[in-house]
This record gives sequence, C-alpha cells and structure tokens, in this order.
Amino acid sequence: MSSFLVQLLNGLAGASSLFLVAAGLSLIFGVTRIVNFAHGSLYMLGVYIAYSMSERLAGGVGFWFSLVFSAVAVGFIGALIEMVLLRRIYKAPELFQLLATFALVLVIKDGVLWIWGAEDLLGRRAPGLEGSVEILGRNFPTYDLFLIVIGPVVLALVWLLLTRTRWGTLVRAATQDREMLSALGVHQSWLITGVFALGAMLAGLGGALQLPREPANLGMDMLSIGDAFVVVVVGGMGSIPGAFVAALIIAEIKAICIWLGDVNFGPFSISFSKLTLVVEFLVMAVVLVVRPWGLFGRPQGTPRHSGAPEAPLRPAGKSLRWFAVALVAGMAVLPLLQGQFPYALVLSVDLLIAALFAASLHFIMGPGGMHSFGHAAYFGLGAYGAALLMKAAGLPMEASLILAPVVAGLGAVVFGWFSVRLSGVYLAMLTLAFGQIAWSIAFQWDDFTGGSNGMIGIWPSGWANNRTAYFYLTLVLVVVGLFALRRMLFSPFGYAMRAGRDSVLRADAIGIDVKRVQWLAFVIAGVFAGAAGALFVYSKGSISPEVLSVTKSVDGLVMVLLGGVQTLAGPIVGAVTFTWLQDTVARSTDYWRALLGGIILFLVLVFPQGLAGFIHDLVVKLKPNREAAR
Amino acid sequence: MIHREPPPTLLTVEGLNAWYGAAHILFDVGFEVKRGEVVALMGRNGAGKSTTFKALMGLLERRKGTVKLMGQDISGRSPSQIARMGLGFVPEDRRIFTDLTIAENLEVGRQAARRWPDDSPAPEWTPQKLYDLFPNLKEMGPDRLGGRMSGGEQQMLTVSRTLMGNPYLVLLDEPSEGVAPVIVEQMAHMILALKSQGVSILLSEQNVHFAELVSDRAYVLEKGQIRFSGTMAELAANEEVRRSYLTV
Repeated sequence: MSSFLVQLLNGLAGASSLFLVAAGLSLIFGVTRIVNFAHGSLYMLGVYIAYSMSERLAGGVGFWFSLVFSAVAVGFIGALIEMVLLRRIYKAPELFQLLATFALVLVIKDGVLWIWGAEDLLGRRAPGLEGSVEILGRNFPTYDLFLIVIGPVVLALVWLLLTRTRWGTLVRAATQDREMLSALGVHQSWLITGVFALGAMLAGLGGALQLPREPANLGMDMLSIGDAFVVVVVGGMGSIPGAFVAALIIAEIKAICIWLGDVNFGPFSISFSKLTLVVEFLVMAVVLVVRPWGLFGRPQGTPRHSGAPEAPLRPAGKSLRWFAVALVAGMAVLPLLQGQFPYALVLSVDLLIAALFAASLHFIMGPGGMHSFGHAAYFGLGAYGAALLMKAAGLPMEASLILAPVVAGLGAVVFGWFSVRLSGVYLAMLTLAFGQIAWSIAFQWDDFTGGSNGMIGIWPSGWANNRTAYFYLTLVLVVVGLFALRRMLFSPFGYAMRAGRDSVLRADAIGIDVKRVQWLAFVIAGVFAGAAGALFVYSKGSISPEVLSVTKSVDGLVMVLLGGVQTLAGPIVGAVTFTWLQDTVARSTDYWRALLGGIILFLVLVFPQGLAGFIHDLVVKLKPNREAAR
Repeated sequence: MIHREPPPTLLTVEGLNAWYGAAHILFDVGFEVKRGEVVALMGRNGAGKSTTFKALMGLLERRKGTVKLMGQDISGRSPSQIARMGLGFVPEDRRIFTDLTIAENLEVGRQAARRWPDDSPAPEWTPQKLYDLFPNLKEMGPDRLGGRMSGGEQQMLTVSRTLMGNPYLVLLDEPSEGVAPVIVEQMAHMILALKSQGVSILLSEQNVHFAELVSDRAYVLEKGQIRFSGTMAELAANEEVRRSYLTV
C-alpha cells in the first residue's frame, strides 16, 4: 500500500512540470488560436539553457538563478518567435500555422543539436534539496516534494495575473473576441506577444525544473508536446484550471500504470507499465468522444472569420490530361535509363508511393475538410498488414497487397467512426491520438510486430523481385489509385463530400447524411493509404514502427500543404517535391531537419496557397494578358 | 458654399466604397455628423447600414474613400487606432465579453479622458456615471457575468462599454433591434440623455418612429447608396422616400 501512495506522490511531482508546459500551450491557444507544436521545443530549450547556466554558476544561488534565467530566456525566445514569424500568419489557414510551428520544431531541434551536441546531459541536483524524506517508510526525494508545491503555486499566480490585472482582463477578452477588442481601442500586437512570452516562459520553467530529475536530451520536445497536447485537450483548450486538473489526472493514471506493472488475468498477462505510452492518448480519445471540448472547456463557437469560400474543383482540361498521359508515358520508359541513373528507379518508387499516400490524405483534407494528423496510422496499418499477412499468415505478396489495404480500411472504419464526430482542431488531435495508439501498439507488442526492431525479409514474389518489375507494379497500382481517387471526387459521392465541407447545415437540409459521407471518406482514404503502405513495405523489404510515427503523418501533411490543399494536382506535386527534397537535403548535410524546417517556413510565408496553387494562379494571371494581346 | 458657424463637423465621409470578399456593398456613400447631433442612418435590412459602420471602424479589409474624424483622416487606419482617436462603436450583435463581469467589460473599454480642439473637456465617463445612467446595471452589481444577462441588459452594457472610451462620436448599430418594447423605450431615453450630456451619435435604424423620437437628421440608404438626406421633419414630409426605401 505504501508503495502505491509513494507512486501517487511521484505522479503529483510529474504533474507539476506537465501542468506548466500545458498551461502555456493552452494560454497561447486561447488568445492566438494557434496550436503551437513548438511548445515542446521551448520546454526542451528550458532544460538545456538551465543546464548550461547551472554548470557555469556555482553554488546554491547560482542554481536557482539558472532556473529563473532559463525561464526568462525561453520567454524572450517565445516573444521573438511571435514577432518574427507567427505575427505574419495569423490570418493564414489553421493548417499553415500548424505547419509553421512544426517547422520551428525541426529548426530548434537542430539548433540544440548544434549548440549542445547529441549526448544526454545530466544536470546537477538542486542544492539544499538533494536528500530525501521518509514517507510511510519509503524514501521520497525532497526535490519532488518541492515540485509538488510548485504546480499549485504557479496556478495561483497565473490565475491572479489573469483575473486581478488589467492585462489579464484584456487577455481574457482577447480569448473571446479579438475583433471587438480592437474596435474598443486595444492594440493587440503587444498583448499577444506578451501572452506568447508568458506561455513560453512557463514551458521554459517546466523544462528547467525538470533538470535535476532527468538528463537533457533531444527527444524531450516531441515527448513533452505529446503530453501537453493531451493535457490541454482533456482539460479544455484555453482553460488553465482545466490544464491543472488534466495534468493531475494524466500523471496519476501513468503512475498507477507503473505501480500495477504486469498483471495476469487468467491466461492473459497485461503489462500496464508498458501502457504508459498509450494510456494518455486513450484518455484523450475517450474525453474527445464523450466531451469534445474537454473537461473544463466550453463548446467553441464558429469562428467569425471563416475565410474565403473554397473555389469549386474543375475536371482536368485537355492540356492537363495530355500532360498526365505524357508524364505516365515518360515514367514508363524510365527503366531504359537505368544504366545512366541507377538510383532513378529506387527514387521513383519512393516518389510514387509518397504521391499515393499524400493523395489519400488530401482526399479527406481538401475536398473532405477533415484535417487528419494521424494519417500514418493507415499507411502503417497497410504496411504492417502486408508484412504480417506474409510473415504470420504465410500469404504470397499478391494476396497481401490486396488484403493489406482492407486491413487499413478496417482501422479507418473504427477510427473514422469516432473522428467524424468532431471537427477542426479537435478532430486533428483525435486523429493524432489514434496515430499514437497505433504506433505504441506496434512499438511495444514485441511478439507480434517485432517491437522497436520491426520485421525484415519481406520481399516481393519472384516475378516482381527486381527493380524494374517492382517499379512497373508500383507505377500501375499508383496510377490506378490516383485516378480512382480523382474520379471519386467528381462522382455524386464527391459532390456530397464537398457539400458537407462547405456547409454541414445546408448539406444536411438537402438530405445528405454528412457524418456518414465523412465516415466513408475516412475509410476510402484509409484504404488507399494502406495500399501505399503495403507497396512501401515490399519496396524496402523491412518495416519498423517508424512508418506509424507522428513524423510520418506530418510528412504527409507537409506534402499536401506544399502542393496546395485545394488543388487536385497538389498532393502529387507536393509529394514529389517533398520526397525529392528530403532525399537530397538529407544526404548533403547533418542538419537536414533545420534545412527542411527552413524550407517549410519559406514556403508557408511565400507560397501560402501551395506550389500547385501558385502555378495555377500564375497561369490565371497570365491568361487574360494573352487574350488581350490577340 | 454656405458656411454655418458652429457646430463644427465631427465626421465627414466621402466616396466610401466597401466590399465583402468580392461583393461590392457600398457605392460612394457620403454624409456628415456635427458635434452634438444625433443622426440616423436609415434603410431596410441589407441596405448597407452595418457595413457602413464596419467600414468606418476599419473592420472591413477592402474599403475605399475618405473618412475624417475632426479633420483627421482615419480611412486607412486599424480599428484600434480609430477607436483610440475617439470613434466609439456599438455593434448590432452587442458582442459582450460573456466570460467577463460587468465591471471587467467596462474596464476593457476604458480609455483616457479627451478634450475638444478648443481645450474644453469632452464627455468623460466612469463606471459610477454609467451605473447612474443605467440603474439596471447597478442593480445586478459589478460582478455579474456578461453571459448571465438578458438581451436588453447586454445592450446597456455594450453601450456603456463603448462610452468608457470617452468617444467624441458613438456609432450605434440598430439599438432597437431584437429587444423588448420596454427596452426600446429605455434606449430612446438613453440616447436623449446622452445627447444632453454632449455625446454625438450616429445610429442606424429601420424603425422610423424610433428615429423620429431621437434624431435631428437622417440619411436613407438603399442598396449601398445614399438616396435621401434631410431633417427628420423633411423625411416625415417626404412620403415618396418613406414608401420607396423604408416601409416594408
């Protein structure tokens, strides 16, 4: 029993840091409506800066000063990010903002790698709090007790700041209606910069306080942002007390899982300690389905600025059709050039698979209007499906290539059923949660999926087991897939889907069951993503949980956004550009992530309508001139 | 040119055009409001009254034309700058901060006191003065949440919130819209009370009777263009204008 109580106390100590990060994220979301992916990176910066400072400044005062200094420095960095980058994209579509902050994650990660190196850095212990106290006959670190106190203290301070000062009143007003606030004469740019700085400072403080507990390492950004997202969504976006309660709940549930360890239920043994990676996402999925706006949140009103309506899609004109035919024909003769460019076929297979993956994501994102942040789940289900059908069920490649997309489709039936109940940021978060759940299962179920090592030796059948044959197989399947996806958009189902995107209410009123249409769209997208995953596995001969990771999902998003969300050629252009860039950039520098991030930022700021959209606009602009010249 | 000596012009609008996206809503709208006046901008639903107010406040992205507040050009400025220069805006849908208390809503609108160009003080408002003007607000107490008020009470709060900015001129969008008849009457009293305290008001209105109760002059807007301007007496006498542009 005492071990249980001590584990609960452990949970409380963990909750404090979690709360600090999540509170900052929630605050920033409340005012700017931007989901700041880079918040975990700010947390990581907090740990590293505190490490460097405390190594330089000796003594007790030096250590505590380092923590405060680190928080302030990170706050300053946050303000800088807001002023230089985010301020320019407040009016851009939600997705671009997410993408921009994700690019920051990449840049900051490589920045940290460059300054501090790849080694884990173990910080000092807090002077004066090195020891432990005896609680119920067990030793409990004094520093953890200190952490338990810090959480509520910060909660109280933030609460006072928000409710007892004019600044706080304005911040709360801005959370509700920024346009009205400006019509009352409040200049908001400094207000927003201030909120961003405060949020960043809380993240930095959360990181700095963590220094004596765990070594600074480069994985901290993604781990903490995942946790913080969950806490913010569970607590209710924009609610600080909600973040506090949710942090307690999540941390305690994790603590209980660790305490339970392995438990036997008759013949089954469940390892609860391994569930820690997935349990928070389960909690989030449950909360999102039962109470989509979170425990302390309120249903969000429809935004006042819903942006310009999407332009209708047009079937391909003659020239575009001929271009597509020429492109496919050009690819078909590629194997003839294998002598000169041996690498061309390998890269082309990658490009084709990426194009199918991106097109399937675009299908629900663009015409469907549902922003999926966990599309890798279906790619991965297809990939693991194919691998397992071959390895475990002994099916040949042909059968598993057909069945693997069905596996992914079944996954989409389940995930989609929950997801279509939500929209906007909440839908994105739920899909992210499902993606994480799928990933943790593949990562931790060693006996079945091979765990973190994955599986090897998944090669195509004899006839397809050479570069040229597999290239042709991929080319045919991908072209058929892309054509089918495109064809569906111009079918009555495609019209219904777009109607549901543009106005749920009006679509409902003319007899379209919007939820059902969206659910079906989810499944279709899942099937095609699964096909891409199955093709991927046979092209590589091996598989690892990497194919299910958030990074893979984000790759897909970047491809779609790069190409342009509301153009049909977009995902293909985007997939080819992205995969090719990643391929070249990754081979030419150690800091490919930063470079990639830089490229994404450049594209978001310069081509907000995507590459294909940019080309389209250019053509439209040039056309009247040509006619006028006649 | 006929020079009328005081009152001087507070707001001059010339050639105002505005768009919602690609839709052209206002066509060369022009009018003026003088110090101490209550002017009604009249017209049916969709005539462009609210659009005019939003364009004046800088809330529409795409707009063209000259807007001068006390001689200073405000046409290219941001909403917050315009509000800081002394133009107050009471939106039709009230837009109370429902999570904030009455006192906090007033605090958000607070700006420093102003002076007229001749250095005499412009009307200056405090929560206390506003509670005296609206006893209902006082009764509820400063800690009542904005979300827990009736439509009429919210209407009083939104007017008070704008007055806390001590504006030279208040844009009052459809004060009689969607509130109970008894509140409409209170609104009329309020406008007259404000006028007596030296506040100038430009209000938009569909209801001719209400406008006649409170206004000195009127402009009639139809399909984004000004079709009539004159005193209330002239409008009352002009059956043609009333029938074509105002009665439903």
